[in-house]
This record gives sequence, structure tokens and C-alpha cells, in this order.
Amino acid sequence: MPLPPAITDLEQLKNHPAVAKITAWNPAAVEGAKFDRDEMSIYVERSSIRDVCDLLRQDADCPFNYLADITCVDWFPSEPRFEVIYHLLSISKKERVRLKVRLEGSSPALDSVTAVWPAANYFEREVFDLFGVRFAGHPYLRRLLMPEDWEGYPLRKDYPVEGYR
Amino acid sequence: MILNMGPHHPSTHGVLRLILEIDGENIVRIMPDIGYLHTGIEKTCEAKFYQQVVPLTDRIDYLCPLTNNLCYVLAVEKLLGLEVPPKAQWMRVMLNELTRINSHLVWLGTHALDIGAMTVFLYCFREREDILRLFEMVSGQRMMTSYFRIGGLALEPPLGFFERVQDFATRFPSKVDEYENLLTGNPIWGMRTKGVARITAEDAVALGASGPTLRGSGVDFDLRRDMPYSGYENFKFKVPVSQGGDVFARYACRVAEMRESISMVQQALNGMPDGPIKAVAPKVILPDREMMKTQMEALIYHFKIITEGFAVPAGEVYQAVESPRGEMGYYIVSDGTAKPYRVHMRSACLANLQTLPTMCEGRLLADVVAAIGSIDIVLGEIDR
Repeated sequence: MPLPPAITDLEQLKNHPAVAKITAWNPAAVEGAKFDRDEMSIYVERSSIRDVCDLLRQDADCPFNYLADITCVDWFPSEPRFEVIYHLLSISKKERVRLKVRLEGSSPALDSVTAVWPAANYFEREVFDLFGVRFAGHPYLRRLLMPEDWEGYPLRKDYPVEGYR
Repeated sequence: MILNMGPHHPSTHGVLRLILEIDGENIVRIMPDIGYLHTGIEKTCEAKFYQQVVPLTDRIDYLCPLTNNLCYVLAVEKLLGLEVPPKAQWMRVMLNELTRINSHLVWLGTHALDIGAMTVFLYCFREREDILRLFEMVSGQRMMTSYFRIGGLALEPPLGFFERVQDFATRFPSKVDEYENLLTGNPIWGMRTKGVARITAEDAVALGASGPTLRGSGVDFDLRRDMPYSGYENFKFKVPVSQGGDVFARYACRVAEMRESISMVQQALNGMPDGPIKAVAPKVILPDREMMKTQMEALIYHFKIITEGFAVPAGEVYQAVESPRGEMGYYIVSDGTAKPYRVHMRSACLANLQTLPTMCEGRLLADVVAAIGSIDIVLGEIDR
């Protein structure tokens, strides 16, 4: 069964409730969108991620009140190198949406969303621990899985599978 | 006073270290310290072919290997756009529900043991042994089953398998009554669990709790019913919800879930469709041994899949399933090659563990043991 091609044209996707909501608030916050394999991804401008999350959480029609996951993908060596990925879920409407923030490789940092969802605490610590992405405003940004004195960020693509020896 | 609980404390269900700040018997602050079982599975996945990742997924949560297998293969099938035949789907649902019972039995036994009800443990492990024998019969392995494959199942279920599952499904409901006789009305059990480690629905949602930890607080959400996958829409079942938000509510939820699960196993047995167990996709799914010995083409495909894997169209998917502990999710990014670019596992336990401070702070030290048991954590899944 061939897959239908992904829709990446923002014009065609502007009626999706989450996209419409964000563009109505601030059109500059949406950098792009993608609808692929029945999943919606929205590229969010780096500095507005926290406000966008707050906006979607409090949306009256479709509240994305549950933060399912935060993770990161390293696209080394291309730039922008990192993509931080938020998976939101609306428990009442049974909808999912994915937010993505692109970050430069030199010193990746963005705002923490722990004030919006306390659940982000461990997820952001894990991303910091394994990718070295810093979250401004996180209450306790320490390594989560690796030992405190570990050097390097293991899930980065330039980190060897066997580790440094 | 600062007290270390764990990492090798019998009630922490693995190597979890809790840093407890206590004032007499009361908890002031509680800080979980995790990572003792971190094995870097996500990094390992990036160096394997898609089909080689399946056995790794067993090992992150050793109590529900089949749920993890299912979640991973569903995600890859979604990336490939592969349709799985009905028989494979029904087998997957049946085995997943058996896995849920298996996991809940281990939880119930150890949880009761932690609180001091020793007998239940023996009862639970008696039935768990039956389920493990079923797994061994169908997959060859008791615990690390790896029975699901991308596009279907590894093997036809052996002769006599369904009869044995039927035998188990007939016997099991009366066994749940036995556990409930031992615990539900027991005043000591009630005193240790009722009103203990409460969490409100708002807190549970905000902290990312899922599964029985969420439903025990009165949030009616179950991925099997609300966002069905792998043919769950064909099954009739109730989603048990309790309002209490305490240890007893979560206990009640899980016990009721066991009853629902066995009824779903029964439904799967009654309606098991006939037909193939693998999708038709020769470039992705290994051919049968018999075809390999007689057909040149099948042999070539086999050789190519084993040596070079199969290319998966570029893209990304997030697939979540309702594991015994909550929302288990796989986020897979493909760059169009035969190896996944990134595999991320959304661990239900990691998020559930975050509720522990909210549950325990301001309460007694002895309640921490009950609270840890009630969120049913598996450290292998938390640390990955």
C-alpha cells in the first residue's frame, strides 16, 4: 500500500485547530507544518515555545492538557542541528499534535515548559542529559540517567557508540 | 534527617534510590535518583537494522515484553504503511492481554508482599507461571518473547495452543476472586491502602501520569478504547476507573483490569479469524522456510533482508499503546535507510515516578513503600 505524500504546505494546513490557534495568536510563531502518516507536526519558533504550549493547554475547544513526551533528534552535521520534539495529547478530544523546535548546534538552549506542565521536569532533564540541550527556567537541570560526572552527551550523533575510551 | 532508601531496597522493585528528607516519621521531601540500569538502548537501536531492534524492546520492560514488541512493530508498520492481516492482529491483542494479566500478577504479588500480605504472592505467581508457560509454548521463550515481527508474527501458533489458552481463560476468573478474598475486604489491607498516597486528577494529568495511576484518580482515559490500535476496536471491554486517587483506588483499578483482560482473551479465542499471520511484503518480511528451499526469489529476498535490512521511507511516527503501566510510546525517525535514525521510548514509568513526591510528601515513611508499589514501576523501563 503506497503511502500518501506528506503535506508540508502551511496554506493547506492552516485550518487544523492547533495551527489556526497559534497563527491567530502570533503568525510569526509558526515556522512550518507537516501532515504525514496521519500525524500533525508544527514547527514552532524557538522563543515562543513556552507561550505556544500555554496557549494550546488552555485552548477551550481542544485543550492539549497532557504532555506525553519531550525528546530530541540530532541532525548532525546539518544545521540547525537539533530538533526538540514535544508530543501533546488532548485527553478530552483524543487528539495528538507534535511541536518541533529547531536549535543551532553551537549552544542549544530554549525555554523550559515545566511551568506549563510539571511533567516536563524529567523529560527535559533527560534531553539535557543525553543531548546537552539547555532549558532556561528549569528548576533542577541536572543529569538524570548518566552519572553526574559523565563527559559528553551520549545520544548526539558525533558520540561514538562504544563511548570515548 | 536525610535518609537513603535504596538503591538495593527490596521494596523499590529494582534499583531505585530515594533520597528522603524526614522529620521523625514524616516525609518532608522526596527525591528519586534513577539511572542505575541505564544501558543506552536508544543509542544501540540506531546501530541496528529495523528488524534487529525487536529483541531489544523486550529488554526495556521485562514484565510486559510483548507490549513493547507490539508498540515498536506498530510504529515501524506505520512508517512503512503496512497492513497486518486480521489473524495476526487478533493474536497480538490476545497475547497483549495475557501480558497485562502477567504484569498485574507480579505487581499484585510484590505490592502485597511489600505491605505485609505474604500469601498473595504465592497465589499470584502460581497463575503467572501458567501464563509464562503459554508464552513459552507460542514463542519458545518464557520472558523475552520477541514474538511479533514487523508485518505479522514470528511463527504460527502451535497445535493445542488455543486449547491451553481456553483452559486458562476458564480457570482464571475464579482465581481473581481468590486474590480479592484475601485483600479487598481485609481490614489490615484497607488501613494500609485507603486514603494513602492520594493524588488528584489535576495533579495526575499535569504530572504526566498514565494507565492505572491516572485512572485511579478518576480520569477516564484508556488508549485501547480511545485511540484504538491493532484491532482493539473489535473488542468489547469496560475501562475500570476509581475515584479515590489513593493506593486502594489504583489496586481496585488493576484488579478490575485483570477481569476485563481475561474477558478480552476469551473474545479473541471465540472470534479468532483464519488466514495468514504475515502481511504480503516480500521485501520486508522473511519468507517461509519451505518457500526459501524451493523458490529462487524467496531465497534472494531472505538473503537481502538478513544482510542489508530493508529501507524504510523517510519520516517520523509516534505510536503509543496502553501498556500495563500506562502510555508506552515509540517515536521513530527514519532517514530512508535500513537503520532507524532515532528511536525514542516514551516510558510510562518515568512519568508515573514523577507523581511520587506529590503522593508522599507530608505523609509517613511507611506509606512510601505502599506508594511505590501502587504506581507499579519497572526500573528497566525508566532507565532504558
